[in-house]
Amino acid sequence: MKIVVCIKQVPDSDKVTIDRTTNRLNRAGVPAVMNPFDENALELALKVKDANPGSTVTVVSMGPPPAAEVVKAAVAHGADGGVLVCGREFGGADTWATGYTIALAIKKLQEEGGPFDLVLFGKQATDGDTAQVGPGIANHLGIPCLTYAKSCDVLDDRTFKVVRQTEDGYEDWEIQRPCALTVVKEAGELRIGNLRSKMKAKSYQPPVWGVAELSPNPDFIGLKGSPTRVSKVFAPPVKTNKERLEGTPAEQATKLIAKLEERHLV
Amino acid sequence: MNEIWVFAEQRDGKLESVALELLSKGRELAEKSGYALAAVLLSENGAPLAPELFAHGASKVYLLDAPQFAYYQNDWWSEAFVSLVRERGPEIVLVGATTVGRSLAPTAASILHCGLTADCTQLDFDPEAKLLLQTRPAFGGNIMATIVCADTRPQMATVRGNVFKKERVEGASGELVRVPVDLSASPCRMKRTGVTKEEGEDVNLAEAKTIVSGGRGIGAPENFSLVRDLASELGGAVGASRAVVDAGWISQLHQVGQTGKTVCPKLYVALGISGAIQHLAGMQSSDFIVAVNKDPSAPIFEVADVGIVGDVAEFVPELVRQLKARRGA
Repeated sequence: MKIVVCIKQVPDSDKVTIDRTTNRLNRAGVPAVMNPFDENALELALKVKDANPGSTVTVVSMGPPPAAEVVKAAVAHGADGGVLVCGREFGGADTWATGYTIALAIKKLQEEGGPFDLVLFGKQATDGDTAQVGPGIANHLGIPCLTYAKSCDVLDDRTFKVVRQTEDGYEDWEIQRPCALTVVKEAGELRIGNLRSKMKAKSYQPPVWGVAELSPNPDFIGLKGSPTRVSKVFAPPVKTNKERLEGTPAEQATKLIAKLEERHLV
Repeated sequence: MNEIWVFAEQRDGKLESVALELLSKGRELAEKSGYALAAVLLSENGAPLAPELFAHGASKVYLLDAPQFAYYQNDWWSEAFVSLVRERGPEIVLVGATTVGRSLAPTAASILHCGLTADCTQLDFDPEAKLLLQTRPAFGGNIMATIVCADTRPQMATVRGNVFKKERVEGASGELVRVPVDLSASPCRMKRTGVTKEEGEDVNLAEAKTIVSGGRGIGAPENFSLVRDLASELGGAVGASRAVVDAGWISQLHQVGQTGKTVCPKLYVALGISGAIQHLAGMQSSDFIVAVNKDPSAPIFEVADVGIVGDVAEFVPELVRQLKARRGA
């Protein structure tokens, strides 16, 4: 079985703090990490590989040159290899252009190594929170897609059995191979790689593919290929009438109920 | 006439509240733009839902009725939706940011090669540029960004539940347009084989008007009953911080925050939650926030409308007792 996992490097939101005077993020010195949901997707890929010996897991990331680190990290956790899509021409891409570009890289991997059975994504990235790139890539690859998957098992040569999370529970699905899944946290925490994987990752340098390797339609990549534009950025309104309720717990409770009544919340 | 479309999501023959909220917002945009407001309903035998859509401002309902629309199936729904968009060319398409909408919208936008903005918290129309102004929080809600799509149509946006208010229009009626559906060329590549609902009503955070969430500061897993008690007294859903989900106190379906769910209820009560940026990103757009925490300098108080410095284990039983007394129980 051949599995590809798309991963993104994001700022570590555990380490990000807010400057309360400007309401901006203090991003300086904040380390970059693998998007947490992509860790879950990689773990799901490794679980499918465990259950199907002889499988391979390949990761694809798109980002600036330092994003090679996230591909190396995936190898350290047990991925067999990966590729970084990188180039100034890709800069400023929105979700449409990003999906188009990464799909080209997956197609090129397939031309070189045969078709994939399974393409996995984290359900969304914690920096953009759009959850749009995965379904977009599935469309560009022409394969069916299920969102919010928490498990994936081989049912037969042509079909996976997938459990997907919804607002209030779970759904069981059968989906034909090849397919794409976006993956939720419940797929499991990413394992620590074994010593061999860690050693391999130390010297591993992923191939870097740019415009020369992918031959994209220049109108479909980067800022130019992005239908959306940011027209304005501003700080969110700051709450001005914050209030502390003093007194004993009983007094505080009485005051709170009065506040809630005022707003018709009880 | 140019049109604004709202995806009228239904599940098991029941309309999702967010669809009606979007229609109400759509009415406002229709007035500003002079466009007509239409709802697009994919369902099996869904015609009885149309009056409810008219009553929330749709002047037209496109009804796509087929057995393939008994439940959400990404291939069939997006194919039918996209072909209707291509045929009718709406200017604007609004979709609820549910697990269904967040599958349909990106698939459709990818096929249509148009712009899509996720999780907008404000929508407005610029009558001069004739553009939909789509505002969304970025970087965990610390920056707001307004997005436009100047050159591609339709302009697509998703919006979470409870962001906009739904309003009925008295005596409204409209035109029901039955759209023929032909999916004969589209093979079945996936099918749903089972559905499991989690423990009752208290887990649907996306639709809840009130959410009571618990964090580490409640002290011990057995104290989570305090969170449930208050949630049940307020008629709300139960939420949790990442810390207590990771500690196994409650299932991940309840997690609020960046790696859980983003919510915007009318009332959010944070019990023993310190307010890591992870958590704030998932709840700070709630209408009214109450925080209870022992630590007076906890970051949660920065976003709370009302802060109570105190011990959850002392405060909550007292609050529940008074709420019960108030309703005469």
